[in-house]
Amino acid sequence: MIAREEVLARIREALDDVPDGERPEDVLVERAYRQHDDASASERVARFAERVADYKAAVQWVSPEELPAALMRALHARGVERLVVPPDLPAAWRPDGTELLVDGELANDVLDAADGVLTGCALGIAETGTIVLDGGARQGRRAITLLPDYHLCVVEAAQIVGSVPEAVAALDGAARERRPITFVSGPSATSDIELSRVEGVHGPRTLEVVIVGEAEASH
Amino acid sequence: MAGAGFSGVPFPKAARQALADTQLRRNLGHATATIRRKRADVVGELPDWEALREAGRAIKQRVLRHLDSYLEELEESVRRAGGLVHWARDAAECNQIVTEIAHAHGATEVVKVKSLTTDETGLNEALAAAGVSAIETDLAELIVQLGDDRPSHILVPAIHKNRAEIRELFRRTLDVDTGGLSDQPAELAGAARRHLRRKFLSAKVAVSGVNFAIADTGAVCVVESEGNGRMCLTLPEVLVSVMGIEKLLPTWQDLEVFLQLLPRSSTGERMNPYTSFWAGVRDGDGPREFHLVLLDNGRTKVLADQIGRQTLHCIRCSACLNICPVYERTGGHAYGSVYPGPIGAILTPQLVGVERAGSLPYASSLCGACYEVCPVKINIPEVLVHLRARVVAEHRAERRLPRPEELSMETLAWIFADRRRYELAQRLARLGQRPWARSGRIRRLPAALGGWTEGRDAPALPAQTFREWWRERERDRAREREKQREGEQVRQRISHGDSHGNDSSRHDSGGKEPE
Repeated sequence: MIAREEVLARIREALDDVPDGERPEDVLVERAYRQHDDASASERVARFAERVADYKAAVQWVSPEELPAALMRALHARGVERLVVPPDLPAAWRPDGTELLVDGELANDVLDAADGVLTGCALGIAETGTIVLDGGARQGRRAITLLPDYHLCVVEAAQIVGSVPEAVAALDGAARERRPITFVSGPSATSDIELSRVEGVHGPRTLEVVIVGEAEASH
Repeated sequence: MAGAGFSGVPFPKAARQALADTQLRRNLGHATATIRRKRADVVGELPDWEALREAGRAIKQRVLRHLDSYLEELEESVRRAGGLVHWARDAAECNQIVTEIAHAHGATEVVKVKSLTTDETGLNEALAAAGVSAIETDLAELIVQLGDDRPSHILVPAIHKNRAEIRELFRRTLDVDTGGLSDQPAELAGAARRHLRRKFLSAKVAVSGVNFAIADTGAVCVVESEGNGRMCLTLPEVLVSVMGIEKLLPTWQDLEVFLQLLPRSSTGERMNPYTSFWAGVRDGDGPREFHLVLLDNGRTKVLADQIGRQTLHCIRCSACLNICPVYERTGGHAYGSVYPGPIGAILTPQLVGVERAGSLPYASSLCGACYEVCPVKINIPEVLVHLRARVVAEHRAERRLPRPEELSMETLAWIFADRRRYELAQRLARLGQRPWARSGRIRRLPAALGGWTEGRDAPALPAQTFREWWRERERDRAREREKQREGEQVRQRISHGDSHGNDSSRHDSGGKEPE
């Protein structure tokens, strides 16, 4: 621990201009930026859909009754035969006619060989078109949404918040429980070759989002 | 091993080489203009951008003024979450820690997420010397590594390479079938995906950098685009993350500022594709062992300088590179360090010492655009000027012979102190410049003064100085007034002699009022 003590001593010496009695909160941080998005619920959902689509992700907005059929259509169009799902996927979301690989401890090469993964999410952010996964209900562990090349994600309209500050506040509990949290904004992408954008590198190359529910029912 | 991966080549020399590379200049011009435009679009979308910048600056200031207690808090939070915390005073100690972890797990290969901090410590070379190969998994870093090349931009490190070169490189070096590989970026990215997927699935140890660490929850954050970060953070059994001691944020809530500032300033996106947070280890999800290395390597020296301290606000977005007229032309290699552009011009000299990197604070026109785009309001021009003063003081302290620049400054001070000396000097210089001045410019000053024109033209002295022009103008005006007065007297005499004249005729015949 010599290194630890030495680095801390160097820091204290470097900061000898800081008065002894000063506490961190004495350094004023003015939070004059927007905390909340004033848009109506339906505007919020529409903006989320539009911004997800900006990332070249496919988006559709359906009613709860239409959801099973919409999922089937999406999986069929993609030709998914083996689909990874988290252990707590709602029964209504389970598509017929597709082999389900229910995660428990699926090996990485099984995930790698699967055709896709179907999950829910923790929340969506309208302003940035982001889906947040926090390892909570209907999401499973991180590897299942990473190795398959296709991610089909169900977002309930009521899960969509307006702004980044609202999302960070909503995730406070998960952060305190030290759950892994992943922000997903579109499919993986690179602009490393001559700055021309390629959707899809190591993460899922295709992201498809199904928004379900009435916007009016959301908060 | 040079600190901060610093080459030691003076900027003007390295820049001249880079300026002669037309492909580099074309690629850089395109890249910087494109990213600049994208940034401006998404920053313009947020009506509260200035409030976010101010909050970002203030949070970083709070962290730095209380860095010791925040680091202790972070250490405690990470420990409670099941992670191990290491402290490294310098690059060698950091590399040693990572090497020992790799050896302890019998790893001969580690997968790496792009990390400037481990570039700074020269980790890959240190691992190689210890028999461990580090595989860069970011597409651009892979291109740079396979080509045994150097990164030229923080954000798009292989921007100096074009697609045909990348195809040739991949054909030669990748472990996958590249027979029918075209030069389409999507196909090239696909080849890299196949090549690296096997590495991700087999690697036991991964190494990452850190974008943010949250003191109160122990969460560590990596911001990325390709998913190679998620692979490294999730699949291997052991994860080692290296962070500079300044990369801290006090609370989870503070992310609401930085998750808006960073992606918009960096890639010009509303949000980057993937941002991962984890704290320590989690049963059944991700690595079973997590190490966090806290690196000083000169940062406490930066912290000790009250003007230079703000350099540690930097969140490595690269907005200052893209806006900089100097960087746009020379590219990153000319800065001789892993930290190029305006931020590199202030960070590198402070990390490695102004006596070694004294040319970097001069690699700027002080136009101030970097300050305007900086999401955490680092006053880069202020620090540049401050460091220039330190370079001069350093030079004096070493009692070296005065440089031509210092001699000429002293001479100028003597001349400027007296008006007659000053005006005489101007007249002499005007005569003296004749052999060198061409259409208002001097491309090369003679002898010892030549240093000034190495990187720029000097404007020639105009044919007339301001004072001369002013004196001439005053003379002319006095003459004009004299004439008017005479005219007025003549008119009065005429009007007294002819009392029948009316208003308009008086106006017509009178001298015109000046307008």
